[in-house]
Amino acid sequence: MSERRSQLFGVMGEFSTPEDLLAATKSAREAGYKHVEAYTPFPVEGLSEAVGFKWTAVPLLTLIGGLGGGITGFGLQYWVAAITYPMNIGGRPLNSWPAFIPVTFELTVLGASIFAVVSMLALNKLPQPYHPVFNVERFSQASTDKFFLCIEARDPKFDLAETSKFLQSLHAQHVNEVKDEE
Amino acid sequence: MSSVTQNLPSGHEPEPWIEPGHTYASVTDKISSVVLTRPLGIGWLAGFAFLFGIVMVLNLAIGYLIVKGTGIWGINIPIGWGFAIVNFVWWIGIGHAGTLISAILYLLNQKWRTSINRFAEAMTLFAVACAGLFPLIHTGRPWMAYYMFPYPSTMGIWPQFRSPLIWDVFAVSTYGTVSLLFWFVGLLPDLATLRDRAKIGWQQKIFGMLSMGWRGSARHWHRYQSAYLLLAGLATPLVLSVHTVVSFDFAVGIVPGWHTTIFPPYFVAGAIYSGFAMVLTLAIPMRKAYGLEGFITLRHLEQMAKVMLATGLIVAYGYFIEFFMAFYSGNKFDVFLAKQRLHGPYAPFYYALILCNILTPQLLWFKKVRRNIAALFVMSLIINTGMWLERFVIVVISLTRDFMPSAWGRYSATVWDYATFVGTLGLFTMLIFLFVRGLPAIAISEMRELVHQDSHGNEGHS
Amino acid sequence: MDAMSDHEHDKQLPILQGPPAAKPALEAGHDHDQEEEIVDDTLREHRLELSTVREKLKDKSGKQYWRTLEELSEDPHFEELLHREFPRHASEWDDAVDRRDFLKLMGASLALAGLAGCGRPDEAHIVPYVKQPDGMVLGKPNYYATAMPFGADAVGVLVESHEGRPTKIEGNPDHPSSMGATSAMVQASILNLYDPDRAQTVLQGGEIRAWSTFLDSAQEAATGVKAAGGAGFRILTGAVTSPTLASQLRKLLALYPQAKWHQWEPAVSEGGREGAKLAFGRVVNTVYVPGKADVILSLDSDFLASGPGHISYAKQWARRRKLESTSDSMNRLYVVEPTPTVTGSSADHRLPMRACDVELFARALAAKLGRGNAVSLPADAEKWLNIVAADLQKAHGSSLVVAGEQQSATVHALAHAINAALGNVGTTVYYTEPVEAEPVNQLESLRDLCADMDAGKVDLLLILGGNPVYDAPHDFDFVTKLKKVHTSVHLSPYFDETSAYCQWHVSESHYLESWSDARAYDGTASIVQPLISPLYYTKSAHDLVAAFSDKPGQPPYDAVRAYWTEASTKLGTAIDAGWRKWLNDGVIPGTKLPAITPELKFNPANLPAPTAMPATEVEYIFRPDPTVYDGRFANNGWLQELPKPVTKLTWDNAALVSPKFAQKNDLAHKVVSRGGEHGQIRSTVVDIELNGSKVTAATWTTPGQAENTVVLHLGYGRTRAGFTGTNKGFNAYAVRTSSAMWSASGGKMTATGDGYSLACTQYHFNMEGRQILSTATLEEYKKNPAFPHEGHEEVAKDDSLYKAFAYPNYAWGMAIDLNKCNGCNACVVACQSENNIPVVGKDQVMRGREMHWIRIDRYYTHTPGFADGGTGDPTEYNAALDNPQTFFQPVPCMQCENAPCEQVCPVGATTHSAEGLNDMVYNRCVGTRYCSNNCPYKVRRFNFLRFQDWETPQLKLLRNPEVTVRSRGVMEKCTYCVQRINNARIDAEKQNRPIRDGEIVTACESACPTEAIAFGNINDPNSKVAKLKAQQRHYTLLGELNSRPRTTYLGAVRNPNAELEKA
Repeated sequence: MSERRSQLFGVMGEFSTPEDLLAATKSAREAGYKHVEAYTPFPVEGLSEAVGFKWTAVPLLTLIGGLGGGITGFGLQYWVAAITYPMNIGGRPLNSWPAFIPVTFELTVLGASIFAVVSMLALNKLPQPYHPVFNVERFSQASTDKFFLCIEARDPKFDLAETSKFLQSLHAQHVNEVKDEE
Repeated sequence: MSSVTQNLPSGHEPEPWIEPGHTYASVTDKISSVVLTRPLGIGWLAGFAFLFGIVMVLNLAIGYLIVKGTGIWGINIPIGWGFAIVNFVWWIGIGHAGTLISAILYLLNQKWRTSINRFAEAMTLFAVACAGLFPLIHTGRPWMAYYMFPYPSTMGIWPQFRSPLIWDVFAVSTYGTVSLLFWFVGLLPDLATLRDRAKIGWQQKIFGMLSMGWRGSARHWHRYQSAYLLLAGLATPLVLSVHTVVSFDFAVGIVPGWHTTIFPPYFVAGAIYSGFAMVLTLAIPMRKAYGLEGFITLRHLEQMAKVMLATGLIVAYGYFIEFFMAFYSGNKFDVFLAKQRLHGPYAPFYYALILCNILTPQLLWFKKVRRNIAALFVMSLIINTGMWLERFVIVVISLTRDFMPSAWGRYSATVWDYATFVGTLGLFTMLIFLFVRGLPAIAISEMRELVHQDSHGNEGHS
Repeated sequence: MDAMSDHEHDKQLPILQGPPAAKPALEAGHDHDQEEEIVDDTLREHRLELSTVREKLKDKSGKQYWRTLEELSEDPHFEELLHREFPRHASEWDDAVDRRDFLKLMGASLALAGLAGCGRPDEAHIVPYVKQPDGMVLGKPNYYATAMPFGADAVGVLVESHEGRPTKIEGNPDHPSSMGATSAMVQASILNLYDPDRAQTVLQGGEIRAWSTFLDSAQEAATGVKAAGGAGFRILTGAVTSPTLASQLRKLLALYPQAKWHQWEPAVSEGGREGAKLAFGRVVNTVYVPGKADVILSLDSDFLASGPGHISYAKQWARRRKLESTSDSMNRLYVVEPTPTVTGSSADHRLPMRACDVELFARALAAKLGRGNAVSLPADAEKWLNIVAADLQKAHGSSLVVAGEQQSATVHALAHAINAALGNVGTTVYYTEPVEAEPVNQLESLRDLCADMDAGKVDLLLILGGNPVYDAPHDFDFVTKLKKVHTSVHLSPYFDETSAYCQWHVSESHYLESWSDARAYDGTASIVQPLISPLYYTKSAHDLVAAFSDKPGQPPYDAVRAYWTEASTKLGTAIDAGWRKWLNDGVIPGTKLPAITPELKFNPANLPAPTAMPATEVEYIFRPDPTVYDGRFANNGWLQELPKPVTKLTWDNAALVSPKFAQKNDLAHKVVSRGGEHGQIRSTVVDIELNGSKVTAATWTTPGQAENTVVLHLGYGRTRAGFTGTNKGFNAYAVRTSSAMWSASGGKMTATGDGYSLACTQYHFNMEGRQILSTATLEEYKKNPAFPHEGHEEVAKDDSLYKAFAYPNYAWGMAIDLNKCNGCNACVVACQSENNIPVVGKDQVMRGREMHWIRIDRYYTHTPGFADGGTGDPTEYNAALDNPQTFFQPVPCMQCENAPCEQVCPVGATTHSAEGLNDMVYNRCVGTRYCSNNCPYKVRRFNFLRFQDWETPQLKLLRNPEVTVRSRGVMEKCTYCVQRINNARIDAEKQNRPIRDGEIVTACESACPTEAIAFGNINDPNSKVAKLKAQQRHYTLLGELNSRPRTTYLGAVRNPNAELEKA
């Protein structure tokens, strides 16, 4: 099927309220669909659970970034002040650790913040200029006031006719095929 | 503060955080139109041209500084620091309100932050940019300022990490970076909105690139929210640490009037104080100019006034403790300095400071004043002036009469000092002008969330 | 580098061959290369322009050549080149260059271009010594002994020379006037050598002439007057102590019997000479021996800081104030004076009194001692007098009375009588034949000259040095009379006010450029040997006298050598045997004048009744300025910027008034916020009408001044001093007449209503109860030798969270004995000279940005501080300011072990050395100024602008090559003369031994006349400094801060008379 010039990515149903979308998503999952994705103009509580997404690595990576930053920060200062460039500065001890705390703290925060943002983008696979859903004309409303549910073609239970009918049965206002051009 | 809305008198329907009747589409449209469709008014153009001129003055002042040397300023021995450091601390302080609003109020789940956090954050960025300028140019040899960064020099020389100025370098650069990230993450969904609503090709291209292909999928939102929450959690201690570190520039020194442990808390409070004042200074004209009264309601302004009152009182406490400790400790240098503030050649500055920062804000006890837009605007200006004076009193007066009477001196700024200060004011405002027309000044997606929640009547706070 | 040891070193060196000093300037060889190579080097920057200039100069000889330059100078490009060649003027950032300055510096540049142009026609390459001259090691300075003639005295000095460039002046321990120390003026005299504003060629009516041309016309003129036996030939000199010049002049007078030799020194009164005549019937030279005196009374004499022998007097005086244990005794100094001087400020008891009343006081004192008739004094003065007289008598034979240089003949005569009555003659004071070759009443001498000039009797006038047009008594109207002279020749280092009215001007060589000789205050003669061949076409008085004699063109070297060849026979040493030793030692043994005992022919009883000024009458007195003296140093930036010892004013003179006087005539000071107490004070401007003429002067209220005295310092208001000195201050000579040379009455002072900004480096005079300058009386000291610690806790050494760093090897430290310091400022200039410290100009001083690494703080004790409701403003009258006790405190970098400055430097530009030095790394400094803010002693100095002059070639010659020339935007401060430490270390390591105590002498220490500063290794318990620090008087400045300074102080002790204390 990869021979096909343009292949099917999934079908997409449009809803006008978050509640409808949430209900629809739930029932889609109950109907046994696995590869389901919902698109909303603002975060809707419970939606990610509904599409079966529970755990994200962002917090863990942030923690790692923070620890990394902090350790680098103190390490650098200790190495500079006590090992590689030891100087008698106003009679203060070489390892004036209390004086090293501020920089250590700042670098901890810096490391954590950068990791938080980068990992969020990376896990979301952003930047990603092209995505099949953009091919749907009405999808531009997804960033304003419309709510979309997309059941993807790779889902074993997926069948174009069946799935479309199923979405209509959930009172989707519009149901579109999502084409993936290559 | 999270109990503000509950404490409203009973029987009185709490007014909403957003004008009733708004829908997802209407908020989106109203806010994005300012960027996308609204034509550049003559007022905006005139204002921008004027501000651009002032920025040119800044360039001139800095150019001459680099050609001639810091001697063009009023600084001398013993007053080694003057306007430059005063302005630095003042700008950094202003920046703090932005982060506070967007981070701390977010953690406290204060919904009223939603309509103001975006441009408050922008204000933070621009203020930090202006602040960051000063430590650089105030050095005798700005072209050597890179010595302050830990880079592996061929001579194996490294910075001296016991110096508060090095802490500054790290604190300010970290603060700038994190604020930028926070701001950008917040913008991401709105950029997507603009991308989708943009009609003109170049707008689509630009916002398309900036939005990175944001789709608003449930998974996106999930990670997005966790990252945003983490950033808020990180920015909160950061914002407190930054002004603490700035206060160390003085607290760590031995100069009477600097060497005080009260500095960190009261610098932070002062920062928030001046920051909120600046938010008001900006918000009041802006909501008028772009008809955003529906989003930045009177209630928002009142809320900010309350914050100012609270932080103002903390600052007042700081001033009091400074005096108390001077006399309580009996340290003759501190006592002497305290008396100098009251009777010395710079006493007028000190009294002006008390008037601006302690007496005027007491009017905010009255609801009438808190809800009077004109009064608030004037007061915000007064408080900004007062906070600048506070830094002048700390930096300059302390240095004029320290340990050796034989070395006492005085300070008066030169035209170049003023030119540089006014120049940064121009730069700051010019950036705000650009921001208002270039990016959504209010977080659209969060406003939609607000509409959503209001429409379901779960008013207040979870 | 230690002057002493090198001096010893020289003794083994045959320095006669050594360059450049011991060579006749004319034949100077390689050092000529040296100095021109440098000049040329600087010009190379402008190679293009100069080469074109040189094109035009090609094969032009002498005269035309200069004319060509004149023409050239019309060419705008050339002007531009010149302009760029002297950005010191062109880009002087604050005051703009006016036309006159431009012309002046163009003149200078012309000559300079000429120097390069004719010195070496094309860009030759610098050739290293083919045969390295004997005694010269490149990079290692040599020291040569010479002497600086000054008035009726000469100070023997050792001059540091780097590859033929004199760079620093040290005292000559073997010379009586120096005893190893120097004064501010001696230190600064080297700057005059390199002053770019010096006259550089022979001028005739402004036209540059060759020396040969001058010689010809000189001989013409000479033959002209010869016919009449020299009638109409007049010579005007200052005080001449040079035996050679004197003999040359005498020979000249023998040649022209009718010719006359006049003398004029504006800043020294006739009192000394006339007083001697009054007392002994003839002029004698009075030499004091303060070292032997237990009680000293100064009758308006600043003998510790000015006048012949003052350096050695200060040394002797200070040695008698040494306190090692409570059993030590101290001398006692009483001073009666109208205005506070260095001497008065260091006195144990001081009585402010109008200068004119000092005579009364002297008469009264004499009367007390049974000489002459009693005179009535004001009650308080009377009481004072009685106690002092008793004290003097108690110390019969070991007391001393000194009469002031500016006091009248009567006072001097009375002083002689009193000293005789007290049996001091032969012990604390003795007399010799005059040091001056021809002591005359100079005022009368000048009066005669003016009369003759006026009568048109003068055809040929030879002015050897001096500047009479500027400093002659106003009523002589020297200018108009000078104009009547047919041919006038002026020899002077600058083209000054007088030169402008003389047909010929011959530029005078600096004493480091030419051969001469001079006598010290006690008669000891020294050969003045040059260290460098003249930088320009300059000549000395010897050349000029020779030019008119029968030996035209005789080089000074020959003249000096000839004189001493003759004299050596009397000395009993063959010239060839003696000469080199004399040059090496800087003194000629056996020339010290023997003591004589002139018979006292003076009975105060025969004095005419005193003509006292009514007590309410305001007297105006004239004094030489403490820094620019009579005006001869007006163009010396170091001295202009040097704070005057007591007033701390720079760059200006002012009419000094007493606090009470200021209050009466509401003369006010206003602290200007730009600079403030450490810079700019705006004071009331007044018109002073005196003796029929008027000056406009800024006033300055001086605590401790006699109520009705107004002091006008001479030496300012120059109109042709040079770039630095022109139009600074006001000209006091303008109101000074021959009838009232030193003290005038009947003046009228009216406020103009304007204010004038004065640059004052220290305005606040109260210590505000802080532990800064600890003082006590001898009694208190004996009771509690540790008085500085009373009520001031110092943090114990181990009282710290941190383990202190160890300094196992050397630990450099300094101790300053405030008991000895008299605030004379020698150390400040010595430091400036040693460490290439820039001059920043009045505007910058007013902004509080002067650069001195060591400053001398002046405090008035027992005055009300803020705590006592004081204002710190002397114009707000307070009785305590009528006669406050004054103390001085030199403050260099404290070199703290727990340095507050180091901890706050973000780039580690100031760190601690293993020997405890607080090092400043200029290259690393980014200039945050945080260190200065955090320095409790405020001893750090910042280059706010580019203060250093990097273009002027002459100033490049001046610099000490061992000290970095700091650039703009970096911090600097005292380094303990680290370059000297390292030189000593190198020597010690070469000889594989530890550095000896006293081997390192810092610039301030070596200059100090009172030996108040000691430097050394505090780890060595036997070192001088360690011993001082072991004393109980020892304390640290602001000890409670626990900054642990290495520089510490010994409390000042005064020795007041208990009875006067009661009174």
